[in-house]
Amino acid sequence: MKHFLRILWSGLWLNLKMLSTSTFFLLTSSIQPVIFATIAFYMFRAGGRSGTLLYAALGAGMMGVWSTTLFASGGMIQWQRWQGTLELGVAAPPPLVLIYVPFCFANAIVGGYSLAATLVWGRLLFGVPLHLMHPGLFVLAVPAAILSLGLFGLLLASTFVLYRYANAMSNLLEYPVWVASGLVFSVSLLPAWTHPISWLLPPYWGILAIRHAALGGPVWGPLGMLALLGVCSVAVASVTMRWFEYLARARATLALT
Amino acid sequence: MKHWFSVFFVGGVIAYRGLFNWIRPAMYIPTMLGSPLFQLIFFTKLGQYAHAGSRDFYVVGNSTQVCAMSSVYGMTMAVANERSYGTLGPLLASPANRAAVFLGRGLPVLANGLLVSAFTFGAAALLLGFRPGVGTLPALAAVVVVTASSCTAFGMLLGSIGLRAKDYFFAANLAYFLMLLFCGVNIPLGDLPGWMSTIGRCLPLTHGIAAARKVAAGASFGSVGTLVLTEAGVGAAYAAGAYILFRILERESRRSAVLDAY
Repeated sequence: MKHFLRILWSGLWLNLKMLSTSTFFLLTSSIQPVIFATIAFYMFRAGGRSGTLLYAALGAGMMGVWSTTLFASGGMIQWQRWQGTLELGVAAPPPLVLIYVPFCFANAIVGGYSLAATLVWGRLLFGVPLHLMHPGLFVLAVPAAILSLGLFGLLLASTFVLYRYANAMSNLLEYPVWVASGLVFSVSLLPAWTHPISWLLPPYWGILAIRHAALGGPVWGPLGMLALLGVCSVAVASVTMRWFEYLARARATLALT
Repeated sequence: MKHWFSVFFVGGVIAYRGLFNWIRPAMYIPTMLGSPLFQLIFFTKLGQYAHAGSRDFYVVGNSTQVCAMSSVYGMTMAVANERSYGTLGPLLASPANRAAVFLGRGLPVLANGLLVSAFTFGAAALLLGFRPGVGTLPALAAVVVVTASSCTAFGMLLGSIGLRAKDYFFAANLAYFLMLLFCGVNIPLGDLPGWMSTIGRCLPLTHGIAAARKVAAGASFGSVGTLVLTEAGVGAAYAAGAYILFRILERESRRSAVLDAY
């Protein structure tokens, strides 16, 4: 247990430090969400829906959490390859999935900066009131969403690695998940056939939990779905990660970029 | 003169093929076609939800703006990657005319930007029911060509900065996102604070998008002549600025021996 916790902490801290000094992730987690939040604020104002500015701030923040998770986790193993540290991770005694779990948590935590950035930005520049309906549940919902997205990131990391152009997949999947998760608008605007896709996405349940905690609505159901999707992500990622490790060893392609 | 055109056309195409990282279909399709398509859907749905503007407002704004995917990122790569790949030294040691070297890179980028915009307009027609009159299409195409050219000139400026700056992709990303905010893509300039709309009017896209919206709504090309000329003027100013900056940074990099420093 002590070793397990040490691996978790070391991986988390190391990746947090690396991401926090990256200008790309500074852009993704802090600047980009603020730009999108500003666009959303002006659009909501133009439509006479200024009462929904907190809705926009939370959604834009969650967009940043998703973008950071997507780019950081999706490209994580590829970057380890480029840096020459992937072999060290594979050769280490702990299971590979255990090594990358804290990395994925760190990715999602850095994404969490976005929520803070958009809420502060909204408060200072647009006077968005931060009156939370259920403050206690809000404090629970935010880390639950970040944790679940972190675990989903592990799934992304373990599957994107089979695709040589992982960054292209990341570029592609940013907007569709924003759309399908209804981060700044209701998914009821989308065709009915897309709704099952939304239900499989942690950002969908994450924003529901956070939004309901802030603006009113059931929170425990979305929280339960976040937990369920988190467990499923780890289960599938454990299998795909082992499979990737086996293939890379068998084909001697571990270090090939 | 023949040599100048050879460097301009052949050199431009070779540089594009060698330096534009997203040219392979596996990279190009998700990034240059998939991402603009979903950007269009995202903002159109957001506008619908916010009751902020008509569907066509977002379709024309975003379908025109996505040419910046090519103009900003493509042009940045086409100039700044020379340094990343270690080919800047040999390039600048050659006696080739600098204007031909520099401006030639813009042509494939411009063509690509037009393709991305045309694809997005087509997707809007197929998926979102965007139906400009058939008679408006030539004028709309002409406006988009001018806008994409202007945007390519802006990309040249960013690329020139990349000759010296370390994290030039940060600047390209930031520029792309700020264009969404400042250029009237999704928010009418009149709804922005004065200082933001003033910045927007100094950027490419802004006047072109305004002209494209009028043309798509049925206005004649002649009636948006002032907007189109302004857009072309903004583009010409950025192209001139980019070329001057390129020459200054080239000279300074030689003088301080940091040409290939990375």
